[in-house]
Parts: sequence; structure tokens; C-alpha cells
Amino acid sequence: MSGTDVSVFAPVKAGARRRQRKPLLSVRNPLSTRAHAAAGVLAFVVPLVLWCLLSYVPLLWHPLVLVEDPGDSSVPGQYAYIAAGQRVDRAVFEGRNAELAAARRPLARGERANPIFLPAPHEVASAFYSAFTSPPERTGDFWLHESLWHSCTIIFLGFLYSMLLGIPIGLLCGTFSLFSRLIEPFVDFVRYMPAPVFGALAVAVLGLGDEPKITIIFIGTFFQAVLVIANTTRSVDFSLIQAAQTLGANHRQLLTRVVVPAALPALYRDMRILLGWAWTYLVVAELIGEKSGISAFLYQQQRYRHFENVYAGIVMIGMIGLITDQLLAFLGQYLFPWESGKPSLLRALRSLRRPSATAAVTTSSPSVSS
Amino acid sequence: MIELPSYREQAPDVAAHHAQIRERPVVMTVGSVGRVFDSPQGPITALSNIEFEVHQREFISVLGPSGCGKSTLIRIVAGLESCSDGAVLIDGHPVVGPGPDRGMVFQSYTLFPWLTVLRNVMFGPAMKGVPRARAERQALEWLRVVGLAKFAEHYPNQLSGGMKQRVAIARALANEPRILLMDEPFGALDAQTRCNMQAHLLQICANVDVTVMFITHDLDEAIYLSDRIVVLGAHPGRVLEIIEVPVPRPRSVGQFLSGPFLATKARLEELIHGQAEPEETLAAQ
Repeated sequence: MSGTDVSVFAPVKAGARRRQRKPLLSVRNPLSTRAHAAAGVLAFVVPLVLWCLLSYVPLLWHPLVLVEDPGDSSVPGQYAYIAAGQRVDRAVFEGRNAELAAARRPLARGERANPIFLPAPHEVASAFYSAFTSPPERTGDFWLHESLWHSCTIIFLGFLYSMLLGIPIGLLCGTFSLFSRLIEPFVDFVRYMPAPVFGALAVAVLGLGDEPKITIIFIGTFFQAVLVIANTTRSVDFSLIQAAQTLGANHRQLLTRVVVPAALPALYRDMRILLGWAWTYLVVAELIGEKSGISAFLYQQQRYRHFENVYAGIVMIGMIGLITDQLLAFLGQYLFPWESGKPSLLRALRSLRRPSATAAVTTSSPSVSS
Repeated sequence: MIELPSYREQAPDVAAHHAQIRERPVVMTVGSVGRVFDSPQGPITALSNIEFEVHQREFISVLGPSGCGKSTLIRIVAGLESCSDGAVLIDGHPVVGPGPDRGMVFQSYTLFPWLTVLRNVMFGPAMKGVPRARAERQALEWLRVVGLAKFAEHYPNQLSGGMKQRVAIARALANEPRILLMDEPFGALDAQTRCNMQAHLLQICANVDVTVMFITHDLDEAIYLSDRIVVLGAHPGRVLEIIEVPVPRPRSVGQFLSGPFLATKARLEELIHGQAEPEETLAAQ
């Protein structure tokens, strides 16, 4: 009996297994674990490969020629100005060689090259290291790590203040129509004024230090935060609030025991997005008044035409942003265990400290609740 | 066609049961409650002159077709909506807003997802300021009543729909309400689970001193669970008849095909389906 089963069903099983492989294109369906990981890696590898191709394959773009030896510079001509180390248009280089050939002098030598604003990956990679180790070019300027740290403090403080004020106000607006009507129209009005236009004002009022920069970050995120948080709060399932009312919760308890915890996971996601906004305002903030932080570093490197350092700096901002966001996402899983199915932060920390206790905690009978 | 007894005929023990309920004090009075909604087409009467009383430990169902205003009625009783006419009295005091004396189980799952099952059940007592240890002990007791003590430390999204509604019942009962309001609580469940939940609810009501007002559109469910059924008609929502269920207690699934059960069901069918279709009434207007 079992033998016939196998013979009858074996081909079907094989077919089923083949069908089980998830298609790569499927509307709103998650990818398989392998495809998920591979696509994530490709997201970074593909741009990098394109960059490498542009940088290292000479015939692909390379519109310029890097002059190694200008030949005989005493030969007069329209293009006599080329010099060693210069990057010149190919037409210019060939024109000069035509002039030299006509004068029967040795030809200029050079390699095809990309413009200076597109450094090769290895140059940027080494800049990653050398930017940290090379001292500032002018005395009084900052090292890269000092600039980065300064930028992070500005972001942190600006974002902290805007959240300290924005979260309570947003929660009130989302909960009580009165506050919503009193506050939101004006906030909506200010929101459309670009934060940078307050730069001059902030410097005039607050001077040249960090305060105007923190203020720009604050203005850039606060008004958005109030509206976003109010909307998130409003989207809390009303039936939860009604259920709490039938269980005897008063106004204050409804806000603190129902609305806030119900909105919290979405608020946390909002804050992650708003933190991204803060980074976009950073560059503006740091260039007003006294230039500072990573933007000042980028500005200066650009003036010295150290574009590999500029790229390194830009990538560093991206990396700091990505890493903070991923860290916050990771932390969120433990902050909101009811959404992720992970243990709560407290329990996770406790189990880290005493690995042997983990098993006891997870298998403890639920009725023993201490 | 089988010959059915009259739905008014009650066996002696059933009659005694109903007489006993009538003797008990009145917990809730729905006094000529009316509700009018404003609409662009003019006022719409959702409920008109609804009047009945609920006695201590009685299980009363409100049955009606969709759109008859039965949900509006229970929301008025809960204090989540106001009525345009009349009043709802709980122990003689008019209802002015939602309160813990009227626990409610909603059709949608309304457990707080950020609280464990135990903390959900403790919510009401915690709002009242009951000391934590006592609230916890009582909550566990209620979880035992609904058979979910094992799941005290689970989060609601780890539970099935039926389990969620059992926790919701425990959460409402933990407040020791004067009346438990249930607004189609099993409407979102599959047939099998609904059947189990009905049996479970019967068992809870047999063991716990609780008065229940139950909203449903399911005839079998109404007969199976209730002592009395308030049948509402639509357009406007009004009481067609209040029926004392002649099916003896304890109830069981086997009674679904008994004479009194079928007689009641036939009467309910007649009342509800004898009504003109809503479309026709609209057309007539």
C-alpha cells in the first residue's frame, strides 16, 4: 500500500516542491529568505560595480586625458598651455599632439582619465582611512572625527528638543479636537516655510555658536513632528478607546494608559523617519554662521579639490544614518514585544546577564506571575 | 410540515424559571428610548420607543435584521452614544456616559495589544485603583472561569479569535459589572468556534452571577442562549415582540430540534422575515 503511495505521489511531490520555490516577481508577496538576503546585498553591490566599471575600464567613459609629459612646451600653438598632471579634454590633447607632430617634436604622453570629481573606489576607500589620520590643513580646523562628533551632537540636541516638545503636543492634538484646532492650522502654516530661511534670523538672535544650528534642526523637524504624531495618534483604533471607557478609564487614564501605548510603536517609526529629516537639515544648519561639523569638512575638502575626501564624508553620513536607523529598528523589536513576538527589553537584558535563567523564564508556567 | 406547539406554551419548570426571573429586582430599565439621526435627506428615526426591563441574572437577547438599530441600542446602553428620547436606567440611575458598571464585549477584537492577557483582564480594576496583587489574583480567577489561565502571559495577537473574545469576556467580568453588554461578540468567528463559544457562555452564565444583554441577528444563537428575546423590527427600529424562550435549562445543542425550540424559531422567522424588505420600505417612502 505504502509502495503504491510512493510511486503514485512521488512525481507530484517533486512538482509540488518545484512549485514551492517562490517566484521573484509576485505582487505583495515576501521573497524567500535567500532571495531577500541576496537582493539586499545586490542593492549595494550593483552601484559599486557600476562605479568600478566607470573608474577602471578606460574606454567606458574617461572623457579626459591626464597629461604625464606635455612634450616640448617651446613649440607654439593654440594648445601649448597643457602641463604635466593636468586633466584636459581629449580634443585638446589630440590638438596639441597635432601641433607637436607638425613641428616634428616628441609627442605629449598621457592616460585617459575621468574628471577629478569622480574619484575611483580605491581612492575613496583609502580616503576613508586617511581622512581620519590626516591633520587639518589649516590650524584651528577640526579633524574629521571631531567634525563628525560635532555634527552628531547638533543632530542629537536638535532632534531631542523637537521630540521633547513635539511628542506631547502631537499626542494632545491627536487626542483632543480642541488642541488639534488650536495648534494644527498654525503649525501647518509654519511647516511650509523652509527651515533654512530662519538661518539668518537664528544667527542674529542666537549668535554664532551651536545654538542657531540646533534651532534650524529643531525648526526643520518640530513642525513636521507635531502633524505626523497627531495623525499617528488619531489613527489609534477608536474601539480600543471605547473599550477602555466601558472599563472605567477616565480622560487622563485614556490618554496615558490607552492612547499613548497604542500609538507608541507607530510613533517610534515616525521618529525614525523624522531623524532622517534632521540629517537633511544638518548641512544647511552647519553652513550658517560659523561653518562647522561634517559640512564644514566637506566644504573645505571641496575647495581643496580633494574629492575622494568629499565622497568619503558623504558616504560616512549615509553610513551613520543607516546604522542608527537599523539599530533603532533592532531596538524597537524589544521595545514592542507584542508586535515582534520578541521578549521585552527588560527580559532580553535579564536573559543576557544570566543565560541559564533564559530557559526558566520562557518555560515558566504563566500562572506563576510574580 | 411538522406540527409545532405554540411558542407561548411553557413546560411547568420553564414557567417557574421565568416567574422566578420576574421576581428578581430590575437591573436595567430601557425607558421609551428613541434615537433620531440627522442626514442630508432629513432626520432618520433609528430607534423609536424601545421599552423593556432586564432583571437580575437574566440573559436577554436583542434580535433583529441588520439596520434595525440593535447596535445603536446597545451603544446607548453602554453610554457610547446618547439617545434623543427616553432614558436608560441602571438600578434606577440614568446612564449619562460609559462606565464600569456596564462591561461591554465588542464584535471587533478590542483587547489591548500591548498588554498581556493577564494585564488586559486587570485593566478595569487597575483603573479603579485596586491594589495590584489583589487585581492580579482576581484576574487569574476570571481567566480560570473562561478557561485561559494557561495563557495569562501571552499577548493578544498570539491568541485565536475565540480565545480573544473569551479574554474580552473575562476582562469585562473582572470589573464586576451590573450588566454585561455583548454586541454580536461571536459575529466574527467561524461557525465551529461560535458554537463552542456559545456553550462556553452558557456555562459562564450558569456559574457566575451576571446579567447579560446580548445583541445578535442569529435566531438559533438567540434562542440557545436567552431567557427572553427582544425582537426588533427595522425602519424605524421598534420592539415587535418580547418572547419568553420556552426551551428548558440547562441548554444543549440537542435541543435545537426540540418542539419548543423550533416553535420559537418559527415565530422569530415570522416576525423578522414577515417584515417588508428595507428596499421596499424605502421605495414606498
